[in-house]
Amino acid sequence: MAPSTPVVTKPSPTQEGVNWKPVLLGITVFLVAIFSLAPILWQLLTSIKTNADISRIPNVYFPREFTLEHYIQLFDRRPFLRYVLNSAFVAIVSTLLCLGLGSPAAYALARLRLKGEQLILGLVLIVTLFPYILLFLGLLEIVQILGLGNNYLALIIPYTAINLPLTILVMRSFFQQLPRDLEDAAKVDGYNTVQMLWQIVLPTTIPALVTTGILAFIFAWNEFIFALTFMTRETMKTIPVAAAQIGGATLFEIPYGPIAAATVLGTLPLVLLVLFFQRKIVQGLTAGAVKG
Amino acid sequence: MAKLEVTHLNKTYSPKIVPVKDLSLAVEDGEFLTLLGPSGCGKSTTLRLIAGLEQPTRGEVLIGSKNVTHRSAGDRNIAMVFQSYALYPHMTVFENIASGLKLRKTPVGEIQQRVAEASRVLDLDGLMQRKPSKLSGGQRQRVALGRALVRKPDVFLLDEPLSNLDALLREQVRAELKQLFQSQNTPVVYVTHDQTEAMTLSTKVAVLYKGDLQQLDSPQRIYSHPANQFVAGFIGSPQMNLLTLPCENSHALLGEARVPLPQVTEPQPAGQIVLGIRPEHLQVGKQPDCTAVRGQVFLIENLGMSDLVSMHVQNSELTLRALIANTTLKAGDELVLSLPPQQLHWFDIETRSRIPVQPETVAH
Ligand SMILES: Nc1ncnc2c1ncn2[C@@H]1O[C@H](COP(=O)(O)OP(=O)(O)OP(=O)(O)O)[C@@H](O)[C@H]1O
Ligand SMILES: [Mg+2]
Repeated sequence: MAPSTPVVTKPSPTQEGVNWKPVLLGITVFLVAIFSLAPILWQLLTSIKTNADISRIPNVYFPREFTLEHYIQLFDRRPFLRYVLNSAFVAIVSTLLCLGLGSPAAYALARLRLKGEQLILGLVLIVTLFPYILLFLGLLEIVQILGLGNNYLALIIPYTAINLPLTILVMRSFFQQLPRDLEDAAKVDGYNTVQMLWQIVLPTTIPALVTTGILAFIFAWNEFIFALTFMTRETMKTIPVAAAQIGGATLFEIPYGPIAAATVLGTLPLVLLVLFFQRKIVQGLTAGAVKG
Repeated sequence: MAKLEVTHLNKTYSPKIVPVKDLSLAVEDGEFLTLLGPSGCGKSTTLRLIAGLEQPTRGEVLIGSKNVTHRSAGDRNIAMVFQSYALYPHMTVFENIASGLKLRKTPVGEIQQRVAEASRVLDLDGLMQRKPSKLSGGQRQRVALGRALVRKPDVFLLDEPLSNLDALLREQVRAELKQLFQSQNTPVVYVTHDQTEAMTLSTKVAVLYKGDLQQLDSPQRIYSHPANQFVAGFIGSPQMNLLTLPCENSHALLGEARVPLPQVTEPQPAGQIVLGIRPEHLQVGKQPDCTAVRGQVFLIENLGMSDLVSMHVQNSELTLRALIANTTLKAGDELVLSLPPQQLHWFDIETRSRIPVQPETVAH
């Protein structure tokens, strides 16, 4: 520092007592975290408590003893791995279909000046507003007529259809804010349309694809009604249905432990997925394309 | 190498939106043409038509006397620098600059060599492996230039490449651009709404207004012989004084002063004429051979080098603005300004076009 610089005294926390801002922030964050994470924590703890601890009165909040018994039971008594794979397959395929069909449609709606664009958008919007439960009976008949019961397609097709409108709307607004100059620069550079879409537009679109993909995936992974009705064979069931159908040895025993374990196992893939892609979502690859 | 020509270019988006009406231009090798005009006058549209990013409604684009009107942008061998730079965000600086060459299947060795050369000229060494998001505005701008330079195109197109830089950097890059393109010997078309850029960089300036070409001339002539009242008012800062004056016999009346009309002038039908004089050409005090105008100062603006003095002309509603160096004038003072006859511009009150003054040189 130059000697002539006047000494600036910053008000430091020690001089003026406690600086309240970070303290308040910390408390608030803690409360919000407790509020939203407590049920999950409770399930997690239940899934590793012994049966004795689960049924003890007063409640045991933080157990001393831990057991993996419930998890082992889950895989012993039922084809639980199979359920996970079913869920994963259905969710992944419908998500990919959704992105594969929705993104080109969104790009066309954002970039080409189509006749009746407003009409198409209106229709898409209406579909998102439509409660999907209302489709249920109609779909059931269709599934019966086509003989699609106990077939992955019976879930993949409706999941894709339900997620498609949201995908189109989100991706369209993303494409709209993508600078047009980028595509023009690619054209001047000599990219043809396919190369431009594949090598320039697609890579810059990844954050949006991941975000919408995760939303679609979560929906497909958690969906219950369709999965319950269209899949009756044991080997075709998905996780939410299987978890709900875990029963005890007698009518009066509620198997809290295994249910909690199933819930944890069912949620874990989603948590991992979001954590894994979080950086990509936040990163926003378009940063730096144009002068910020 | 390749001359760029556009003939009777027209772009009609809808009957109401016609950003380019009927434009014909030619840019030779080594010429630097600037399209200058206010916002929305169709500069970018013209550039995009030349680039092939838009199809003209009518008219043709010729590069090296080949008609390229119906070729795609990638087939025209042009390079374009965008206002937003439009760097590919997922590629490194090297990949950004090399992408056009790679697509044209240029041998790897040559790509390396050309990129290295551009990087030396633009001082990009050391940035080659960075992503655009890790660059400053000025560096991004240079990468965008580099992407254009390595292509060795037949025509360079630049759309307001400096408008995102801060004032100081803009001046510096402007000088660099000038040197850079002087060494290229390729037609350059440059779009800007900044007249300083247009005046300093160009060999030729095309002033556009509402889709029409107002004047196509050297920067010097655009300044000294504006073709009409719009160009006169648009070029030059501070703006030219433009006064609508009544005529009497062979004189125009400016307050009590009588300004002799140019000799060729036919009697003005409406009895009025527009007189233009630049603030920097007005002189203080009564000068020989000049018409003198008396008035009262009401505003003084300090521009650094000199002061911009505004005065009410005596016995009229008109005001005159003059650039005067280190003045001690203050508001309310009396002032006499002289109008040198060779610095006067006359415009027709109806057509708004320039009335030539004899003897006026027609050539450049
Ligand atoms: N795709 C389009 N569809 C309809 N009108 C358009 C389109 N592109 C441009 N225009 C209109 O054409 C006119 C000229 O636009 P242009 O971009 O050429 O202006 P400009 O001279 O570059 O202005 P600026 O200095 O603000 O960049 C504007 O009125 C604009 O609204
Ligand atoms: Mg523009």
